[in-house]
Amino acid sequence: MTAKTAERPAPTRPQRRRISGGRKDTIASVFIHLELLVVALIVIFPLLWVVGASLSPGDGLGAVSPFPADATFDHYIDLFTETNYGRWYLNSLYVATLNMIGSVALAALCGYVFSRVRFKGRKAGMLSILILQMFPAFVAAIAVYMLFLNFGLLDSLTGLALVSIAAALPYNIWLMKGYTDNLPASLDEAAAIDGASRLTIFRKIILPLMRPMLTFVAITQFTLPWMDFILPRLLLQSPDKQTVALGLFQMISDEYSNAYTTFAAGAVFLAVPITILYIILQRYLVTGAAAGAEKG
Amino acid sequence: MSNAPRGHLPAPVPGLASALVWGAGQLINRQAGKAACFFVCFAALVGWEMGTGNYYAGMDFDARGNGGFFVKGLWGLFTLGSQAREVTLTGLTDGDNSIILLANGLIALLTLALLSIIWIWSIRDAARYRASLNAGGERESSLDYLKRLWEGAFAYIMLSPGMVLMVFMSVLPIMFGILIAFTNYNRDHLPPKNLVGWVGFDNFGAIFSVPAWTQTFLGVLVWTFVWAVVSTAAAYGFGFLQAVLLANQKVKFPRMWRSIFLLPWAVPAIVSALVFRSMFNGQFGPISQWLMDVGLTDERIYWFTDASNPNLARGIALLINLWISFPFFMALVGGVLTNIDDSYYEAARMDGASPLQQLRHITFPVVHRTVAPLLILSFVTNFNNFGLVYFLTEGGPDNADYRFAGSTDLLVTWLFKLTLNNQLYNIGAVMSLFIFLIVGTISVWNLNRSKAIREL
Repeated sequence: MTAKTAERPAPTRPQRRRISGGRKDTIASVFIHLELLVVALIVIFPLLWVVGASLSPGDGLGAVSPFPADATFDHYIDLFTETNYGRWYLNSLYVATLNMIGSVALAALCGYVFSRVRFKGRKAGMLSILILQMFPAFVAAIAVYMLFLNFGLLDSLTGLALVSIAAALPYNIWLMKGYTDNLPASLDEAAAIDGASRLTIFRKIILPLMRPMLTFVAITQFTLPWMDFILPRLLLQSPDKQTVALGLFQMISDEYSNAYTTFAAGAVFLAVPITILYIILQRYLVTGAAAGAEKG
Repeated sequence: MSNAPRGHLPAPVPGLASALVWGAGQLINRQAGKAACFFVCFAALVGWEMGTGNYYAGMDFDARGNGGFFVKGLWGLFTLGSQAREVTLTGLTDGDNSIILLANGLIALLTLALLSIIWIWSIRDAARYRASLNAGGERESSLDYLKRLWEGAFAYIMLSPGMVLMVFMSVLPIMFGILIAFTNYNRDHLPPKNLVGWVGFDNFGAIFSVPAWTQTFLGVLVWTFVWAVVSTAAAYGFGFLQAVLLANQKVKFPRMWRSIFLLPWAVPAIVSALVFRSMFNGQFGPISQWLMDVGLTDERIYWFTDASNPNLARGIALLINLWISFPFFMALVGGVLTNIDDSYYEAARMDGASPLQQLRHITFPVVHRTVAPLLILSFVTNFNNFGLVYFLTEGGPDNADYRFAGSTDLLVTWLFKLTLNNQLYNIGAVMSLFIFLIVGTISVWNLNRSKAIREL
């Protein structure tokens, strides 16, 4: 009904609106920019505040200001001389690198096989991976902790990386499989006619085409160990085996330590590289996450 | 055909032979190579049991004392040990460590399950091959068979590294965790000091029959649902709003605004959560200091520790989660908006639709089709959002009515506290099963609607 009655005056309408809407448009524009400004301030302020805190002189939380008058880089120096931050950083880097390489390699291979090779048990395999993925990684982590505890396997960074790879593998396989499904099958058929083996097809044809998804998995799996807390908290114990996330949490949750500004420096030092990485690769990350959701 | 067997041996005979001694049927079928392969598996199984056990002639058999890896493993799995550690005149005796027995038993059971596949395969292979010979089929040498097998096994070989890792690092722990839910493994039964035993469904019963447990469970469950639903809806709604505003042609420097708004998504969540935790610190935090300076309050606000005002902590936690999670939806919706054909809007304008009507009847439906699957994912992520709650509030403020949980605790953080701080492994395991059931139901429901299952 409404569409029909509106049909007649339609041709003149857009023009009229443009002429009469001049002032209304300006007001709307002001309001929109006002809203954007307010949101931008709310978004930036905490980040500015922690950067300010890391540059503030003094130690405590109470003395922190977002724009310190006498800014100092002392806390960044303290971070590497007074605390174990350098060690934690290297530990995290080690776990992150291992996690990234292992996840990408295994997920790409398994995803390709599940997508392109028909074999007995394929459906059952996909289904069990699907069910496995529904167990929160966290649930398995607690069981891994109990197992490792009783077998004396705790406190190994490589072990932590292996558990992380395994925990994320079901989801990553689904991602890779879903992505490979959408690649044209004619490509590998042509290569197969030319006599290429399956492994060659995978390496030379499918792998290069998988690049967007490989990037997505690589970035998420590289950044995960920097932020992950539960697994390292459960599996690592000795002071020189801590990761950055554990160390930072310890710094801030310790009631009696008065090192807030050093914590802030550590937080900034952790956040800056990851933030830059995310902003540069945002397109891959957003589309990758969307693709993951569609495939369950 | 030339060397078809002289007598027609019925097919079940070699099958039965293989069932008793693996590979024997293949030997009857005169496939020596194949027979050897099966026999090696059989010998490995028996040898492993003999080698790890304590077998000798004329013994009194006792699974605890003499059993090898498999027999003792299964015994341990069923009994969880029979002798606790005792103090005697000569010192402590070696008691049974129930948890190690349970884990070993599980590994033995998994290995047996794997080997039984080979066993069934050897029986079926022996019977089928004989049947095909009896029907006049061609002979196949063991070497040809293995070659055929190798070519067909590409998929299995490529998958094996990933599968092995998953079996030992996720499947085994998950099974172990499920079994723990049926034991009394907690701070009162800690091996090797005490034995752990099977208790059936007692732990599940305790959650629903002990009022303190029931109250905590239901309270935490309801809050977890509220948290997940509100977080997801708020992030979607606000992200949508920002994306639509940014898509407006009147906006100057849209890229600059977009980059700023993306920051909370790009900054690691642990850093944001810890920064907010300190900003909202009760004693020294700047937020309540400013509120006092401006004159809005007279005394400091204990945002996350004021037990008399749990909803304040909950509300602030939700707002902070919105700060962290809206940019992702904004980026997602923004991507969809650029792909909507302008002709839709032109047509709508011709029909005299107001901007608000266009938003409701064109923009929203198109966007929603793309974003809907992500809402479920986001719901599940928030349901298990350990990081934010733990870093921000550590579950606080304390709730006197709850057992080991605070007012902002989600099921996962409660589970974490039960396990790590209170060593109530059994109740924690029950909790994980509940979480799995809830998340699993939602995921299955979601999958059923999507095409992923049908395309399997």
